[in-house]
Amino acid sequence: MYKAVIGLEVHTELNTKSKMFSQSKNEYTKEVNSNITEIDLALPGTLPLPNKEGVRKALKLAMCLNCETPSEVMFDRKNYYYADLPKGYQLTQMTKPFGKRGYLDISVNGVEKRIGIHQLHLEEDSASMTHMSTYSLLDYNRAGVPLIEIVSEPDMNTIDEVIEYLENLRSIIKYADISEASAEKGQLRVDVNISMMKETDTVLGTRAEIKNINSFNTVKEVIAYEMKRQEEILTSGGKVIQETRRWDDTKKETVSMREKVDAIDYRYYVDPNIPVVSISDDFKEDIRKTIPVLPRERFNKYITLGVSEKDAKSIVREKEVSDYFDSVLSFGVDAKEASNWMTTRLMGYMNQNNLNICEISLTSEGLASLVKMVSEGKISSQQGKDVFAICLDEGKTPEEVVKEKGMEQISDEEAIREIVKEAIKNNSAQYEQYKAGKTALAGFFVGQTLKMSEGKANPAIVNKLVNEELNK
Amino acid sequence: MIKDKSIDEIRDILKTNKVEDVFEEAKVMAKEANDEYNPFVTIMDKCEHINSISKIDGVPYALKDNFSTKGILTTGSSNILKDYVPCFDSTVYKKLKEAGAVLVGKTVLDELAMGGTGLTGHTGIVRNPYDKSRITAGSSAGSAAAVALGIVPFAIGSDTGDSVRKPAAYTGVVGFKPTYGRISRYGMFPFASSLDHVGIFARNVKDIATVTDVLKGRDDKDMVTLPDENINYSENLDSSLKDVKLFYIKEVIESTSKDNEVIVNFKKLVEDLRSKGASVSEVSFDKTLLEVIYPTYFIISCAEATSNNSNLTGFIFGPRSEGATPDEVMINTRSEGFAEMIKRRFVIGSYILEKENQEKLFLNAKRIRNMIVIKMNQLFKEYDGLLLPASGSIAPKIEDSSKPDRLGSEYLILENHLAIGNFGGYPSITIPSGFVNNMPIAVNLTCAQKEDLKTLQIANNIEKVIGGDK
Repeated sequence: MYKAVIGLEVHTELNTKSKMFSQSKNEYTKEVNSNITEIDLALPGTLPLPNKEGVRKALKLAMCLNCETPSEVMFDRKNYYYADLPKGYQLTQMTKPFGKRGYLDISVNGVEKRIGIHQLHLEEDSASMTHMSTYSLLDYNRAGVPLIEIVSEPDMNTIDEVIEYLENLRSIIKYADISEASAEKGQLRVDVNISMMKETDTVLGTRAEIKNINSFNTVKEVIAYEMKRQEEILTSGGKVIQETRRWDDTKKETVSMREKVDAIDYRYYVDPNIPVVSISDDFKEDIRKTIPVLPRERFNKYITLGVSEKDAKSIVREKEVSDYFDSVLSFGVDAKEASNWMTTRLMGYMNQNNLNICEISLTSEGLASLVKMVSEGKISSQQGKDVFAICLDEGKTPEEVVKEKGMEQISDEEAIREIVKEAIKNNSAQYEQYKAGKTALAGFFVGQTLKMSEGKANPAIVNKLVNEELNK
Repeated sequence: MIKDKSIDEIRDILKTNKVEDVFEEAKVMAKEANDEYNPFVTIMDKCEHINSISKIDGVPYALKDNFSTKGILTTGSSNILKDYVPCFDSTVYKKLKEAGAVLVGKTVLDELAMGGTGLTGHTGIVRNPYDKSRITAGSSAGSAAAVALGIVPFAIGSDTGDSVRKPAAYTGVVGFKPTYGRISRYGMFPFASSLDHVGIFARNVKDIATVTDVLKGRDDKDMVTLPDENINYSENLDSSLKDVKLFYIKEVIESTSKDNEVIVNFKKLVEDLRSKGASVSEVSFDKTLLEVIYPTYFIISCAEATSNNSNLTGFIFGPRSEGATPDEVMINTRSEGFAEMIKRRFVIGSYILEKENQEKLFLNAKRIRNMIVIKMNQLFKEYDGLLLPASGSIAPKIEDSSKPDRLGSEYLILENHLAIGNFGGYPSITIPSGFVNNMPIAVNLTCAQKEDLKTLQIANNIEKVIGGDK
């Protein structure tokens, strides 16, 4: 049996206000070649102006991924000619990347695994190019956009692990406010390195690299296809060749682009225009302070509070959702119950209406008090659901709704006992039958009491008192 | 009226004359000179002047054609940029414009500043004002010639190895490059970024100081620029030669014959300086290190130049050749646009940067550069400045310019020591020191980093001593 050995290179665009080496805006626009200055076009004599915010964000992500960070800022030139590369070299980091030897912990089906991060570096994006039949179009809006590349170790073996790694990585990127990390907008691009080896093998097999994959779904398809392709080659006695491939989405297969991926010599050398600036420990500490509690830590906390693994995973996926949930918990409600409301009710509503948590009219305090009212029996769970819906539709607090609708549950035993007594008095025929042994009629009195209280009486208390009164 | 005049003299003329008339005269001279000496790629049609209270308000000047000028052709003297009109101003041009200086023309350089003869510009060779059959040296050939011809009192050049200071020596003008980072390089076409400096030509040291005052200062667009210092150079030039400690390098002087008239001239100057109270010591420097200055310079500059010029593809700016694919367009544009000597440098530069050669060639060259700089920094702790002949001879004949034995010790040491100034980013100035066979010769003074004022003060004194000032 063969197993896959998979490493990923993930590129993500930073959400800085301006580009990495110029003051052009870094924002998506449909108007081509509008976010450009002479620097982005590499007009002769222009010089790079590194974006400090980009540096901060890259270091921040390196720290989030438990990487070693360097003591100096240094950029290298990666030299190659391509029409989408204005300077004829890309400013990137080779000598001193912002992150080295980090890791990311994942858990798949309850099994924990640590995925090594080989390196994280900051670089600039190229222009986007559209090839027409007899000509090509170049849009330089993307040229110079800050880009982080995160290179993992070949520590993954299954599609599930890869997707879990990607989902976790995306969460962290969003938590740390590094990028919107939207695959649709091309803000997250993945290169997959994959080889196959026998369980008993001690050396890695020859790998193929599949470049520029834009969605996690395609990542799944690519890996499934490659595992099958490479295994077929190996079992039939063939040899996998080291090459770069791309995914053909119409044919649903990977296609060879070029052989021997290591053959290109990019002639890296340290850029002489950007002075080497040392990074002080204070600067690093300032960055570290801005790192929020990350999803993994939150996940572990929720599990200890009794939240199910599935619910915990879906709550931590988005920082805003998890922040909201933390806020709900801060009002002292039960985590397990609150998580049920979060995942089934609140997140269901958000999905249905395509809203994010910031657009929801129910505050965390509101949800907390709703959860409390239900768990303390002030309203029934059915009432809770109704209140929830009204709160979201009308923007009211649960207290307001409960009051307006007169839903407040009666839990005062004496008050309920009066109603029970009245119900018995009003239905003397049934009372006699009960006394004569038809004990099933207890339910009838419960129903009567609830009806007379207009549904406000706490059913559990009613139940208890009906039995008491009937058996006096 | 303005021919051969200094900045101060022209400022006097401007008291009674219009800026436009002064410009017109310079323009006429420039046009006449271009037929014989070819210093200009572009001569301005109209006088463009912004009023200012600066000391160069209304003063005409020339700018090397590798400084980006918005709306004005900027070719780098290369076919690959023969029709390039930039859309932004270099910081140098912007500062001069705002200081009221009037641009007379853009001057010829060796193609993309890569050359030392003034013979390789795409608009033809630049001839020496003292003898048309001789070179001016380069790469800032046109700027040197424009000042030497008396058309403008100052001109801007760029200096990567000696591209301002050598032509200044051959054309009998003062040529200065301040400390690396003193003047912004933004908008200056890069040759080798770690060695590139903005430089200035003028008729005397004071004018050099005046122009440096306008150009110096921190520029947020060039990260290597130094913080502003609130010292006015031109108003603080007066100083004494007493207690000034200079040195020269024994091995440089001994690399040529004792009878070489340049050496005779240099030794006389040393004596004159001593008689004025300066101390001038002879210092020994590792000869092997001196001999490898040129290959070290060549390796670093070719490597950086290759990548610096990779933007010249015809896609975004400049002439574009035909081709069936983007790659073909790029290959054809570059094949047709660069002269053979430039391509040679790029091939060498690429070779140097290749993975298997980097350690042995590029990194070793950087190490040697560093060794030389460390040694020089030590000497500058003890001495105020290094004084040497700027060149070992007068300007060569045009037909002889490519003949020197490039592996001979005399050439390697005597004609290349100026690159020390670029290795260390030192302020370095060439001052005319006399004539040999009616051709100008010069000395060069190099001081410690950031000692620009001291450099100009000593140079000012040397100028006085040479001029026979009592």
